[in-house]
Amino acid sequence: MSNTGIGARVARLEDQRFITGAGKYTDDVNVAGQTYAAFARSEHAHATVKSVDSKAALAVPGVIAVFTGADLEKDAIGPLPAGWMIHSKDGSPMNAPGHPCLVQGKARYVGDPVAVVIGESLAAARAGAEALAIDYDVHEAVTDPAKARSSATQLHDSAPKNTCYEWELGDKAATAAAFKSAKHVTKLSLSNNRLVPNPMEPRSALGNYDAGTDSFTLYTTSQNPHVARLVMSAFLNVAPEHKLRVIAPDVGGGFGSKIYVYPEEVVCTWASKKVGRPIKWTADRTEAFITDAHGRDHVTNAEIAMDERGKILGLKVHTTANLGGYPSLFATCVPTYLYATLLSGQYDIPAIYAEVDAVYTNTVPVDAYRGAGRPEATFLVERIVEIASREMGIDPATFRKRNFIKKFPHQTPVIMNYDAGDYAASLNKACELIDYKGFGKRRREAARRGKLRGIGFSCYIEACGIAPSAAVGSLGAGVGLWESAEVRVNPTGNVEILTGSHSHGQGHETTFAQLVSDRLGIGIDQVTIVHGDTDKVQFGMGTYGSRSGAVGMTAISKALDKVEAKAKKIAAHLLEASESDIEFKDGAFSVSGTDKKVTFPEVSLNAYVAHKFPSDEIEPGLKEGAFHDPSNFTFPAGCHICEIEIDPETGVCEIADWVAVDDFGNVINPMIVEGQVHGGIAQGVGQALMEGVSYDSSGQLMTGSFMDYCMPRADNLPSFKVDTTVTPCPSNPLGIKGCGEAGAIASPPAVINAITDAIGHENITMPATPQVVWQAARQGAARAAE
Amino acid sequence: MYEFAYHRPNSIRKASSLSASGEAKFLAGGQTLLPTMKQRLASPDALIDLAGIEALQGIELKGRTLHIGAMSRHADVASSAVVREAIPALAALAGDIGDPHVRAMGTIGGSIANNDPAADYPAACLGLGATIVTNKRRISADDFFTDMFETALEEGEIITKVLFPLPRRSAYAKFDNPASRYALVGVFVSKRGRDVRVAVTGAGPCVFRVAAMEDALSKRFAAKSLDGISVAAGDLNSDIHASADYRAHLVGVMARRAVAAA
Repeated sequence: MSNTGIGARVARLEDQRFITGAGKYTDDVNVAGQTYAAFARSEHAHATVKSVDSKAALAVPGVIAVFTGADLEKDAIGPLPAGWMIHSKDGSPMNAPGHPCLVQGKARYVGDPVAVVIGESLAAARAGAEALAIDYDVHEAVTDPAKARSSATQLHDSAPKNTCYEWELGDKAATAAAFKSAKHVTKLSLSNNRLVPNPMEPRSALGNYDAGTDSFTLYTTSQNPHVARLVMSAFLNVAPEHKLRVIAPDVGGGFGSKIYVYPEEVVCTWASKKVGRPIKWTADRTEAFITDAHGRDHVTNAEIAMDERGKILGLKVHTTANLGGYPSLFATCVPTYLYATLLSGQYDIPAIYAEVDAVYTNTVPVDAYRGAGRPEATFLVERIVEIASREMGIDPATFRKRNFIKKFPHQTPVIMNYDAGDYAASLNKACELIDYKGFGKRRREAARRGKLRGIGFSCYIEACGIAPSAAVGSLGAGVGLWESAEVRVNPTGNVEILTGSHSHGQGHETTFAQLVSDRLGIGIDQVTIVHGDTDKVQFGMGTYGSRSGAVGMTAISKALDKVEAKAKKIAAHLLEASESDIEFKDGAFSVSGTDKKVTFPEVSLNAYVAHKFPSDEIEPGLKEGAFHDPSNFTFPAGCHICEIEIDPETGVCEIADWVAVDDFGNVINPMIVEGQVHGGIAQGVGQALMEGVSYDSSGQLMTGSFMDYCMPRADNLPSFKVDTTVTPCPSNPLGIKGCGEAGAIASPPAVINAITDAIGHENITMPATPQVVWQAARQGAARAAE
Repeated sequence: MYEFAYHRPNSIRKASSLSASGEAKFLAGGQTLLPTMKQRLASPDALIDLAGIEALQGIELKGRTLHIGAMSRHADVASSAVVREAIPALAALAGDIGDPHVRAMGTIGGSIANNDPAADYPAACLGLGATIVTNKRRISADDFFTDMFETALEEGEIITKVLFPLPRRSAYAKFDNPASRYALVGVFVSKRGRDVRVAVTGAGPCVFRVAAMEDALSKRFAAKSLDGISVAAGDLNSDIHASADYRAHLVGVMARRAVAAA
C-alpha cells in the first residue's frame, strides 16, 4: 500500500479550502446584473389562495416583478413530479399529484410558495413580498399521519382518504401460518420521529438566462445536477436539456435534502428569462425549516413470532408513512422499497409481511434523509428483537446470534439477496470492545452514584450503492441508477477524473484520487476530481444512498482499466516490445524480464504527440469513459453498542460509551470512513434524544428554529470506539460497500434499547428528551415498587 | 432587517435625549434585539449603541458591594478576578450564558433590561438581592422584574450599573433547555447573614422567589431542608420542551443542587 493509495489514511485534500473559507458555494457566485428573489409563502397549512394583489408590492422601490402560479401555468411550467411509481395492493397506481412551483389553487403546508418577488436588492424583494396582499380561504388542516386517512379534511381531490398508496410486500398467508405455530409473540407500536435535515449550507439557486445563446445556467445546491437538469427539462418544461447548464459547486452538506428539485430553483431559472436578468435566492434558516424536505415520520405496529427457543418464525408490520403535502421526487420509494425490503435485518426470518399506507398531511413534504427507509426499518427490527429477547429471558446478544443469517448468498422474503457478511464477527468484536461481560459491574457502580445505567444493541443492515438499474426499474424507479466516469489523461501525465457523482462533504476529491493514485502510480496531487457541472461532466446520477464509492468509483475503475489497456499498447510501441509482454506496476510500463521501462507520464505525452505508433492501429489521445451498473445492491452491516447513564431526578441521558463495529467491505480511506461513522452516529443520537418536528393541530411548525429544534452538539457525544470487520463486497471489483449512512441507521435503536434497559420497561418515544425519560423513569420506578 | 439610524453617543445624557424621538431602541449587546430585527419582528427606526459610554463600564468591589457596569460583557464578568473572588457563583453564571459569541457581545444591563423569562442574570439579581442603578434612580431587584419581558424601567431610563451585596454562600444550578440552552429551570440561592434567597428563572413567566424554600433554608441551610417543599405547577410555563409539572419538579431538584453547591 502506498502512502496515498487504497487503504491509506490520507488527510482530506478539500478541507484546506473549506476550513479557510476558500470554498465556493452557490451563494458565493455573483453575476453581473444579478437580481434577488423573495418568496411569499403560505402562512396557513391548508388554504385556497383566492387572489394575490401585487399592486403595493410593485410600488416598492427596487421591485422588478411579481410572479404567481398563474404565470407558471401560462408558460406550461409543470409541477414537480413524483419520480418512483408505487402500485397499491389492488394493483392501482399511486395517487401522486404534482407540486406546482408556485401555488395553483391550494396551499398545502405552511411554507408552500405562493408568489415570488424579484428585486434589485434582497431588501427590496423582501419588502415587496411583505407588501403582497394574499387573500386566503383557510381550511381545516390535518398533520397527524395516524389521522390522515379518516380525516374529513382532503388535501388533494385526486387522492381520496389522503392516501397515496396502500402497498404490501411479502407473503401474507405464510406469515399468518408462522404466527399460528409460534410459542411467543412480541408486539411493538412505535413512531419514527420526523426530522429536519439541516445541512450547514442552506439551499440556494442562481438562475441566469443568456439571450445570445437562448440558454440557461443554474447554479444550485444539488446532490445530483444532471438529474436536476433532466427533471427540469423533461418534466417541468423549463428548457431543453442542451439549453440548460446546471452547476452544483461546493455544497455544504445535503443528507438527502438536496437530491430533489425544489420550486425555488425552477422559479429562479424560468423567471430569469422573463425579467432578462439573473436571479439569486438563498434560503435563510427559517426558510430551510419550512421548505427542505423533512425525513422519517412513520407510525408503525409490528409483531414478531418466535418458537420456544427464541428462533424467529415471522414478522408482521403495518406502517403509516407521512408524505407531507405533496409527493416529493423520491418520497414514494422511501417507505416501500428502501424500508420494507430491509425488514429481515440480519436475521433469518422465514416469513415477513409488511403493509405500508402512505398519506398526505398539511406538513412539509417528506423525502429521503440520511439512511432513507433503512433507519426506520432498523429501528423497528432492532427494537422488536431486543424486546423479544427480554420478554423471553434470553440474553440479547445470544438471541441475535441464534437468529443471524450465516450462509451467503441469502434470499430474504422481502426481495433483497444479501451477498456477503459475517454478523457474528461484528457482534463479537463489539461485545469485546465494550466489555459486555463487565457491564453488570458498571451498572452496580452507577447505581451507587444514583444513576441508571443501561446497555443497548443494534445489529443493522442496509442496502446501499443504490442501483442496479434493472432491479430498481422493476420496482418502479423512473431513472436508472448506474454511474459514469471519464478519465482524461493530460499530455504531461496528470489526470482529470470526471465523475457523475457529487461530493457535498463526503471527501470524493480525496478518496477518488487515492484510487487513481493506486492504479496509475502517480501522486494524488496529480489528480483532479471534476464533478457538479453538466457542461463539463457526462451524464451521471449523483450522490445519495452511499453509492458514490461502490457505484461511482467502480465506474472510475472501469475507465482506468481502459486507460491502462490503451497505454499498454502505446508503451509496447515505445519499448518496441509485444503488448503481451508489457507489465504496468508502480507507475511504469516495463517489458517483462528486462529492465526496459517507460513511465506513465512518458506514455501520456506520447499518446498526444502520436509520432511513435501507427494511427490506423491506435487513435491518438488518452481519455476513456465508462458507465457502471452493478449486479446487486451492497449490504454494509455491523453492530453498535451504546451504554447510557440516566439521572433519574432530571431524566438527562449521558452516553457513557459507544462501540461501532462496521463491515463496509474494503476501505479506501479509514479516516474518512471513521468521520462518516462519527457524523452518522451524531445524527442518529440526535434523532434518538433530541431532534423531533412538532406541528400544532393547525399545521404551524412549533420547531421552526434552533431555539426549539434541538441539534446534537459535540458535548452531547462521547468519544466513539470505531472498528471494522471486513467481508469484501462480491458485486464490485473494489470490494467496497459504502459507509455514508450506517451511523445514522444503526444508532437510534442502540440508544433507545439502552434507555429501556436502564429504566426497565419499553414505553418510550423518540426523541427521548429529558422530560420523556424522566417520566419513563418514574413509571419504571413505580412498576419496580409494585 | 429594515433600515434604521445608528447612533453611538459618548454620554448617558446624550443617549437619553436621543431616545426621546421616534421609535428608538438602546443597543446594549444586541443578542436578542439584533436577531429579532433580522427576522423583521422588530423595526426600531434608530439604535442607540451604548458601547461608547465610559460610565457604563467597569467592575469593582467597594466594601462589601460588587459594582458591575451595565455594559460589562458576560465574558468580562465570567473572567473577572474581582467577580470570581467576590461572588464565584455570579462569574460561573455569566460563563454559562449562551455561547462564546453571545458572551462576547451580550451585557448584564442588556440582559436584565430585556428580562427574558429564561435568562440567567435575572435569577442572580433577584437571588442576590441586587440593586439596579439607572440614570434616574435605584431600584431593588425585587421591584425591578415586573413581568415577562417587562421591568420597572421607564421610557429613556438607562441602567448604569448593578450593585451586588456580597453573600456568604451562593450558587446557581441551571437545567438547560436542550435546544436553546437557555434555562429551562435555573435556581439561584444565596445566604447573607440570616437573609436567604431562592430565585427561579426559566420556569415561570418572570423570575420569582420561593418563600417556602427561603424559610426552610434560613432555619438550616442544607439541601435536606428542601425535602417535601415544592412549587405549584399551576403558575409555571408549559411548552413543547417541558410541562409545568416537569418544571415544578426541576425547581426542587435544581434548588437542592444549588444549595449543595453553595
